[in-house]
Amino acid sequence: FNLAIKDIPEVTHEAKKALSGQLPAVGRSMCVEISLKTSEGDSMELEIWCLEMNERCDKEIKVSYTVYNRLSLLLKSLLAITRVTPAYRLSRKQGHEYVILYRIYFGEVQLNGLGEGFQTVRVGTVGTPVGTISLSCAYRINLAFMSTRQFERTPPIMGIIIDHFVDRPYPSSSPMHPCNYRTAGEEVGVTYPSVEDSQEVCTTSFSTSPPSQLMVPGKEGGVPFTPNQPAHGAQADQERLMTHTPSDGIHCAATPTSSEDTETVSNSSEGRASPHDVLETVFARKVGAFVNKPMNQVTLTSLDIPFAMFAPKNLELEDTDPMVNPPESPGTTSPLHGSLHSDGSSGASSGNNHDDFVMIDFKPAFSKDDILPMDLGTFYREFQNPPQLSSLSIDIGAQSMAEDLDSLPEKLAVHEKNVREFDAFVETLQ
Amino acid sequence: MNCRSEVLEVSVEGRQVEEALLAVLHTVLLHRSTGKFHYKKEGTYSIGTVGIQDVDCDFIDFTYVRVSSEELDRALRKAVGEFKDALRNSGGDGLGQMSLEFYQKKKSRWPFSDECIPWEVWTVKVHVVALATEQERQICREKVGEKLCEKIINIVEVMNRHEYLPKMPTQSEVDNVFDTGLPDVQPYLYKISFQITDALGASVTTTVRRLIKDTLAL
Repeated sequence: FNLAIKDIPEVTHEAKKALSGQLPAVGRSMCVEISLKTSEGDSMELEIWCLEMNERCDKEIKVSYTVYNRLSLLLKSLLAITRVTPAYRLSRKQGHEYVILYRIYFGEVQLNGLGEGFQTVRVGTVGTPVGTISLSCAYRINLAFMSTRQFERTPPIMGIIIDHFVDRPYPSSSPMHPCNYRTAGEEVGVTYPSVEDSQEVCTTSFSTSPPSQLMVPGKEGGVPFTPNQPAHGAQADQERLMTHTPSDGIHCAATPTSSEDTETVSNSSEGRASPHDVLETVFARKVGAFVNKPMNQVTLTSLDIPFAMFAPKNLELEDTDPMVNPPESPGTTSPLHGSLHSDGSSGASSGNNHDDFVMIDFKPAFSKDDILPMDLGTFYREFQNPPQLSSLSIDIGAQSMAEDLDSLPEKLAVHEKNVREFDAFVETLQ
Repeated sequence: MNCRSEVLEVSVEGRQVEEALLAVLHTVLLHRSTGKFHYKKEGTYSIGTVGIQDVDCDFIDFTYVRVSSEELDRALRKAVGEFKDALRNSGGDGLGQMSLEFYQKKKSRWPFSDECIPWEVWTVKVHVVALATEQERQICREKVGEKLCEKIINIVEVMNRHEYLPKMPTQSEVDNVFDTGLPDVQPYLYKISFQITDALGASVTTTVRRLIKDTLAL
């Protein structure tokens, strides 16, 4: 089609294998399923690209010319659309926290794994004398614990992955999430109704047991995925993370088959979860300590949420984050700190004292031992209840309003003198 | 034939104007370009290959695909740069629009010059907003990224309606349909123009420039 697209031999091989000499026909569509798999072993379907045929024929169309050109156009559209779906951004950021996998299969399209409210984009259709080819993509919208954007939009984010021992009608978006019915859940269940805000929903995320057997429903005939951290390390072949059955193996790829942007996936880190991605904290907790202190979890997760807006996007923010350096200058705190502070104090005010903590094996979100000099967990414990900023507290006998107003003219005069400096500074910002 | 017209609207911050426009224009041109035609003796032709590449935006959380043609990219960047400067210099509320028009040339007899008959026009209306805080800018990055995703989907939908396209020309006619001036890609003949509107909505500025790719001018 006169488009220079780099072929990935492995993908070509897989596609040919799946095709097994046949072409898509009515009821037999070619589907490429893109899913995400974390280093913990959890996986989630992100997109399904379908090439379907239907019986509407266009007998008069000229194959060698019109159909060919339209197929070229379809291919270009496919390229354009692949960059536009939410999964693309995730695939660009994959690394050792999660990887993107693909699977090619023929047959009926199975859209169950995409969660509710998935959207469909029609890439295009081409009529041919033997039928109409149509290419579409159904993609998941409910990337609740995946996308930072979702954190802003849906307050009860954790509700999506809320554990099942709570009587709440939260739909489980991902069928791959394990059902864990543990006795510890009773305590958690008891405390739930008392705290009716979005934060308390988060408590269930710190469930007791790690995800054990994950069943991928339907597609692979019930072949269970075991969390294969040890397997990762053992894999000599860089390209293939897991192959369970010969015919339906899942292989690693960055983007759908026709993309030329390939990223070889490196083996994910085995052993302890590297909590760079905030999703780790959400559903892959192995700590049992928090079960007894659900209120503590509230504050912890309340901190997670504002961080989550920034952390996966730009982890450098942690280094420059004023929270890491205790706040000295109230006037220059970033909005991040402001929100953290308020969330932290609101969480604290709900009756929690950090003295009651009994922390065992605390793995806080995005704690990077190698970058931050201080372990984030330690830091958090120390600054759980920071003192009120003197400028924010009203009851400390600070300057009265009148005194403030009096000093204003002097301050204004000083600022006016420095106007040129400020202007130059503003110029540099633009 | 009727010229079909598509209008897209974007609201962006000042520094996102260029990237947003380039994303749209490049996506449209990706669909409206082919490889260079190489005509053979028997009246048949072969089509060269077109490369593609991803472009990550610096000021928007967005990536788009464009043809790998540096000249085409330069031409678009130049046009967008002029639009951006005009927008900035106009004062006003930062409202403007840029049009990408695909046309066919129809040879007329002397003394009349050739006619340019448009068959598709893409108009992008740009509204520039000014943001105060870094947080707003961050949110704007994401929002504009999402909006552009929608625009790309819209463009693809229109493209795949398979409406009128000029017929593939013979060798002698190829310059009437395609822009053969580029070394590595052959888009349909196109021109880019823009307008800056002031608050009243009327076209004020005299800097409506026509970036004409073929050698013909009135």
